[in-house]
Amino acid sequence: MTPALELRGITKRFGRLTANEDVTLTLAQGEILALLGENGAGKTTLMNILFGHYMADSGTVRVFGQDLPPGQPRAAIDAGIGMVHQHFTLAENLSVLDNVILGSEPLTRLRSARAEATQKLVHLSRKFGLPVDPEARVARLSVGERQRVEILKALYRDARVLILDEPTAVLARPEAERLFQTLGDMTREGLSLVFISHKLHEVMAASHRVAVLRGGKLVAERKTTETGPEELAELMVGRRVNRPVRKAAAPGAPVLVADTVRVDVDGQTQLDGVSFTVHAGEILGIVGVSGNRQAVLGAVLSGLTQPSAGRLTLGGQDAAGLSPRDLIRAGVGRVPEDRHADGVVGDLPLWENAVLEHLGSGEFSRRGFVRPGACTAFAGDLIARYDVRGAAPDTRTRLLSGGNMQKLILGRVLAKKPRFLLANQPTRGLDEGAIAAVHAELLKARSEGAAILLISEELDEVIALSDRIQAIVKGRLSEPVAAEAADPQRLGLMMAGVWTEDAHAS
Amino acid sequence: MRLERRTDAPLHLLILAPLTAVAAALVLAAGLIAVAGVNPVSAYGEMLQGALGSRLAITEMLTRATPLVLTGLAAAVAFRARLWNIGGEGQFFVGALITAWFGHALALPGWAGVPVLMVAGMAAGAALLVGPTLLRLRFGVDEVVTTLLLNFIVILFVGLMIEGPLRDPLAFGWPQSVPVDGDLRLPDLVARTRLHIGLLFAILAAGLVWLILARTVFGTEARAAGLNASAAAFAGVSLPRTLLGVAVLSGALAGLAGSIEVMGVTASVTTTMSPGFGYAGIVVAMLAALHPAGVVAAAIFVATIFVGADAMSRATGVPSFIADVIVALCLLTMLVALLFTTHRIRR
Amino acid sequence: MTEALDLLLNTSLWAAVLRIATPLIFGVLGALLCERSGVLNLGIEGIMTMGAMVGWLTVFLGGPLWLGLAVAALSGATFGVLHAILTVPLGLSQHVSGLGITLFAASLAHYLYRLIVEVGDLPPTIEPFRPLAIPLLSDIPVLGPVLFTQALPTYLALLSVAILAYVLARTPLGLAIRMTGENPHAVEAQGLDPIRIRIGAVAAGSALMALGGSFLTMAAFDSFFPDMVQGRGWICIALVIFASWRPGKALLGALLFAFFDAYQLRLQTVIEGVPYQLFLMAPYLLSILALILVARRAEVPAALMAPYRRGER
Repeated sequence: MTPALELRGITKRFGRLTANEDVTLTLAQGEILALLGENGAGKTTLMNILFGHYMADSGTVRVFGQDLPPGQPRAAIDAGIGMVHQHFTLAENLSVLDNVILGSEPLTRLRSARAEATQKLVHLSRKFGLPVDPEARVARLSVGERQRVEILKALYRDARVLILDEPTAVLARPEAERLFQTLGDMTREGLSLVFISHKLHEVMAASHRVAVLRGGKLVAERKTTETGPEELAELMVGRRVNRPVRKAAAPGAPVLVADTVRVDVDGQTQLDGVSFTVHAGEILGIVGVSGNRQAVLGAVLSGLTQPSAGRLTLGGQDAAGLSPRDLIRAGVGRVPEDRHADGVVGDLPLWENAVLEHLGSGEFSRRGFVRPGACTAFAGDLIARYDVRGAAPDTRTRLLSGGNMQKLILGRVLAKKPRFLLANQPTRGLDEGAIAAVHAELLKARSEGAAILLISEELDEVIALSDRIQAIVKGRLSEPVAAEAADPQRLGLMMAGVWTEDAHAS
Repeated sequence: MRLERRTDAPLHLLILAPLTAVAAALVLAAGLIAVAGVNPVSAYGEMLQGALGSRLAITEMLTRATPLVLTGLAAAVAFRARLWNIGGEGQFFVGALITAWFGHALALPGWAGVPVLMVAGMAAGAALLVGPTLLRLRFGVDEVVTTLLLNFIVILFVGLMIEGPLRDPLAFGWPQSVPVDGDLRLPDLVARTRLHIGLLFAILAAGLVWLILARTVFGTEARAAGLNASAAAFAGVSLPRTLLGVAVLSGALAGLAGSIEVMGVTASVTTTMSPGFGYAGIVVAMLAALHPAGVVAAAIFVATIFVGADAMSRATGVPSFIADVIVALCLLTMLVALLFTTHRIRR
Repeated sequence: MTEALDLLLNTSLWAAVLRIATPLIFGVLGALLCERSGVLNLGIEGIMTMGAMVGWLTVFLGGPLWLGLAVAALSGATFGVLHAILTVPLGLSQHVSGLGITLFAASLAHYLYRLIVEVGDLPPTIEPFRPLAIPLLSDIPVLGPVLFTQALPTYLALLSVAILAYVLARTPLGLAIRMTGENPHAVEAQGLDPIRIRIGAVAAGSALMALGGSFLTMAAFDSFFPDMVQGRGWICIALVIFASWRPGKALLGALLFAFFDAYQLRLQTVIEGVPYQLFLMAPYLLSILALILVARRAEVPAALMAPYRRGER
């Protein structure tokens, strides 16, 4: 049988960076192939080349034995490839049907055949168990529903090969299990699947075969039945990186206390009844599936959004209504969720980013005039102390790699010895080496007495670092559980909101 | 073929960009001059001669450059902070109008009067931009449209004032405002020419703007807010305060241009006193890549085109609108040239 | 006061409303089409000036009126393509490029006019579009003279509203344009090219803008003179926001605006002692007021002004 997909010798460079190097890969018909690799290994780039978003510098793609012209998503779709992007490509202000039928009709047609389209969509959604309302506006759908729309978009165009990029990143465990069931059903309908992941357990659970990418190269292919998590982990990371380990310690006095905080944004309640206490020398982990309003919690603790009700105190003082600058002055350090959008001004030199939070203080300015000497000295110190590589004080900040940018942001915050530290998704998108460095810094700050709130989607990270853990689901927090009592199973249920049902039962 | 971001922005490219842009604009405009049946080389020769060919020509050109430096700075400061102030023209006129009014009515002595009138002109310009900025901050109204529309409103208002309360009774029905008192006129920089010490004020302003942008907390925060507003806000920069500060500075610079033009050149206000100083300021700012030092050079270039085109038009019959065409082309070519300082073409 | 009210009962006022609205309808539709695809086109003021000049010039040089319209539209499309190339594949600032297009198109129009046309004491004139009474319909009392005795381009403008509304709402092309303005990455993922869609939309939108300009020299007046567009382009940009990017509401906005304009012109003759400049300011002030009223509620196309570069997310 001809393979569904053959990639031969794919190489892709971005400037000096080689994202894919001579990757050769096949996908048999009816097979589920997991593409495994840590962040930055080149998985998404490879799939974007396959789908025609990018053009490879060299190499070819064949679909069911036919050569695929490069750089044309349309050709990929016509050849039967469908792609479910990690960052959904949906227009939120339009309906589900609009999003699905776009591009399926010739643009010269004088009238959209919406009735027929609705019929086909409803039929597909029944056949594959992906219920959606065709007329609903995408903006009103949950993340899980949006993913269904993405899958239906591909099925509507009669995809025979489906590529899913980190499909479980936005799903709670029960939803993820349901998704993998659906994917299994699809292979029985004759589809072939590639899913991209960096999570070992789901690769083991849902794939027939695993291909491991590391540093842009294909380093191994294994039948899933003939390998295990340990081997895959080593293949994926290549070297042994030991993440630092948390040592038990007695926490100090409460530093930041939230008591039944509610937050309304544009008249809609985003957070409700949020209560937690972070003590000095403690890491409180807030774990949750992406899109459960972690961003709003982060915005409140950063001073960008104000609580509508409830109490927020810092060291016993009222902290509700403080601006970002007030919070910084009060000894709060904040690491933003999106370092490119909120963490740094990419086109400013590193030293200006290093001091931006404290520019008005006497250390960096006098009577409104900046003291460049003091600023660059501080920046140089940060670079050395926090191991920001390939950088000097006047390097343009956007040239830093993700890991080094994060070290800079963490450094500028930790250098000021904050009482309270908000670390919002601090390792998102980083490779193992950088993750270990960030974890070490967080634990060091903890041992020096900082109260730390860690918001993360990574279960392993939260379990490894936190003294206590609360789950966030749809803007509500669970009761805290001690780290010792937390195992992935229990946390997985908490992240699915199971504790709320417990509350009803009791 | 696609564009790829450069990892570095080499200095020689930043200098080469405006030169290439100007050259490209001149080549394109040469085609239009040729259409008029005139040899472009000799036409450009006439232009250079007319703007730089004599002591008098040079002083005329610098006189023209003076307000352009200030409106150019106004645009550069605002654009740096992503405040789209397209209202330089209106701000210029309110600055001019208040200067003529106060300069006529207050009977101030020269040494005190000039600074007072400058401050008045700056305040008027600033106020005119603070309005749209507040509308943006408070209601989310796009300042591009409001500042543009205000230009038309201001011109009508100027017309109303110079035909009404501020009409010059000695002008024999010609609509112009009362003139500023004689001892409030700016002294000549070069004797027996129109060039006045306003040029020095404009150059001083460029230095100050550079200092503010590069070396003060406010300037750093304004640049940060312009490059990435959400990161600046996260780092504790108050966007409303910063934008209002930028609006005050930018509006004041354009208002100052009007004030100085009245005290230095025209004495009275007419609705035709500006050949688009406010709009040309945008081109000046872009040609300077929003850098204060570049603004001075770009203003001199644009003034050369304007003054030279008048002379060239008289000599060859090519319509003097060619100056506006060249300046507009420079804006477009500079925009493209700037792209190549940040991006390169790959395959 | 009664005189001011009497004006409202005069059919000539209402006929004038439609006439004054015509360039605005074209302009606002054009701007709307550009912005629905995600591109702000501040070139509108200059494109209208150019349309006014070349449309008039074509007729002045002996061409028929319809050819004048066609040439105007073509000139608009040309400058639209220029703006689109600068802002879409090159991803340059839409604000600055648009202003550059305005300065360039307007100055070029003035330059070419001076170059080609001998101007004496009075600008030369052409025989413009005359009101076209539609048989039967124009005999209806009140409505006849208002709605059915207009110049041909006015009917064309009204027809354009219906066509654009239909295309955007009901056709695959319209969906593709709207989607490009909402999320170009979604369009690319469905196998269409957002860059080509944007260039096409901006070209077509700019052609409409130029038609609006040509109405000024080929119907409202019969000659071209400098700076005759008088900020109508900017007003159209404001009207698009006022209309929440919907063609029907855009028509309504243009009519409302034209009504105030026509009414203030007539009020000037009735009310004495008020400087005429105050009346002339009214349209601009009104536009700003309209913006304040709707700004917070406006449903802006999500990707408006967001540059889209393939492979640079």
